[in-house]
Amino acid sequence: MKKKTRSFFNWILLAGSTIIVCLFLGIILFDIFSKGLSSITWNFISALPSDGMTKGGIFPAIIGTILLTFITTLFAVPFGVACAVYLNEYARPSVLTNIIRASIRNLAGIPSIIYGLFGLALFVQAFKLGTSVLSAGLTLGLLSLPYIITTTEEALKRIPNSMREATLALGATQFETIKDVVLPKALPGILTGVILTLSRAAGETAPILFTGVAFYINGLSTSINQEFMALPYHLYMLSTQHQSIEQVRPLAYGTASVLILLVFMFNIIAFYIRFKHRSQD
Amino acid sequence: MDEIKLSAHALNLYFGNKKILKNINIDFPKNQVTSLIGPSGCGKSTLLRSFNRMHDLSPDARIEGTLKLDELDIYDQKNSVTEIRKRIGMVFQKPNPLPKTIYENLSYALNIHKFPKNEIPQLVESALKESYLWEEVKDELKKPAVKLSGGQQQRLCIARTVVLRPEVILMDEPCSALDPISSHKIEELIMILKKNYTIVIVTHNMQQAQRISDKVGFMYLGELVEFDTADNIFKNPANELTKNYVGGHFG
Repeated sequence: MKKKTRSFFNWILLAGSTIIVCLFLGIILFDIFSKGLSSITWNFISALPSDGMTKGGIFPAIIGTILLTFITTLFAVPFGVACAVYLNEYARPSVLTNIIRASIRNLAGIPSIIYGLFGLALFVQAFKLGTSVLSAGLTLGLLSLPYIITTTEEALKRIPNSMREATLALGATQFETIKDVVLPKALPGILTGVILTLSRAAGETAPILFTGVAFYINGLSTSINQEFMALPYHLYMLSTQHQSIEQVRPLAYGTASVLILLVFMFNIIAFYIRFKHRSQD
Repeated sequence: MDEIKLSAHALNLYFGNKKILKNINIDFPKNQVTSLIGPSGCGKSTLLRSFNRMHDLSPDARIEGTLKLDELDIYDQKNSVTEIRKRIGMVFQKPNPLPKTIYENLSYALNIHKFPKNEIPQLVESALKESYLWEEVKDELKKPAVKLSGGQQQRLCIARTVVLRPEVILMDEPCSALDPISSHKIEELIMILKKNYTIVIVTHNMQQAQRISDKVGFMYLGELVEFDTADNIFKNPANELTKNYVGGHFG
């Protein structure tokens, strides 16, 4: 009987924690959507801002965030995955690889504002890319790299060696083994890491602050060497820096809702890709 | 006198400072089944895996001595390891089909070794027939290989090896993860395959070794204690250790 009570108590503890976490998530989502959904109209997501941000929409910020995330992906995913493949598949374990791994984990802990400063020094000034969506995307890419490398390496580690031996014993080279068996098998794990990282990067404000984001741009920026608007920064400005904060509050909540929905969409796409991949093997 | 297909001469193998194989000299006769038996940890699998250079993957493995496939020096750096693995195939303890369809599991090796595209379907079919899997899978070649039963998966792994027409097939306890009926099918298959291939098999199952082997090597603590015909090893072993092991007194 005592054992039963204890296991019930454990269950309550675990289930309770889960419920509390979900509850907070629910409250946050409810708060944002209840105040924000009413401002989301077709006009809100398709029009340019007007009248000093008090009217109009957030179209340039949506496009800015999508373009920014795209550049981040293009830069961080190939380099991150390649680096993880090297560390896990090619590099022989040594003091040096351990130092590299420790450094990568430390990089993941650096505050994002420092990446912003670094991006300003490196991309904006040294590389002369100017304050632009390209500089900001590359900066966010740097921020994302440690996470992508770490999660990809974890995904690669989960592939049993017997899978690698199967193709190697057939006379496949190590590269063929990685390309044809290891990476396809690890893809769901890699994708999960990539999407979580990019969702986080899409919502970052600090790294893009110095490197290219603008509060307001007249018209739509279409070139990657121009400044741009982005949802998180727009939200930050509307909720703290605007001269008539009370008036634009619904717009701020609307922006927050759009950002959440956008990230949600990323995740649905990733879920779909994972699902398609699972059903294949 | 049997024609020798595969041999090891004065083979020592170390993992770090630990000596795993001690001065192994062994000749595997062509188109026969040779079993390697011995208690766990005696180095049977390690010996088997040194013939297709699977130890290349372990950074701390070090090999001394000469291993030959016919007259080819397996560890000569001039010889490509992929070419050697094409000629010496391997089947593992646990079935490890590729995460692809049944058909692709066989066509994969043909593709990477650049077989002419138009010959591949025919080669896949004949390898599946040779492995007695064709009748069971001919209508579901596009299904993922992992959907097959364990025994079918292992025969698929054999077919995947056979499709390249290797000269030697190394088998590392191929039946240990299978039920008795599936193991029996694999045994039958081995008996048929030996007409065309030289087979070296590591096994823990004495009855199996007795049923399928022409020759048997008994290993103990990294040494090849006795190597003789299956009849002699099981009925008239020369060494006291061999006698105790095949008699079931230890191991």
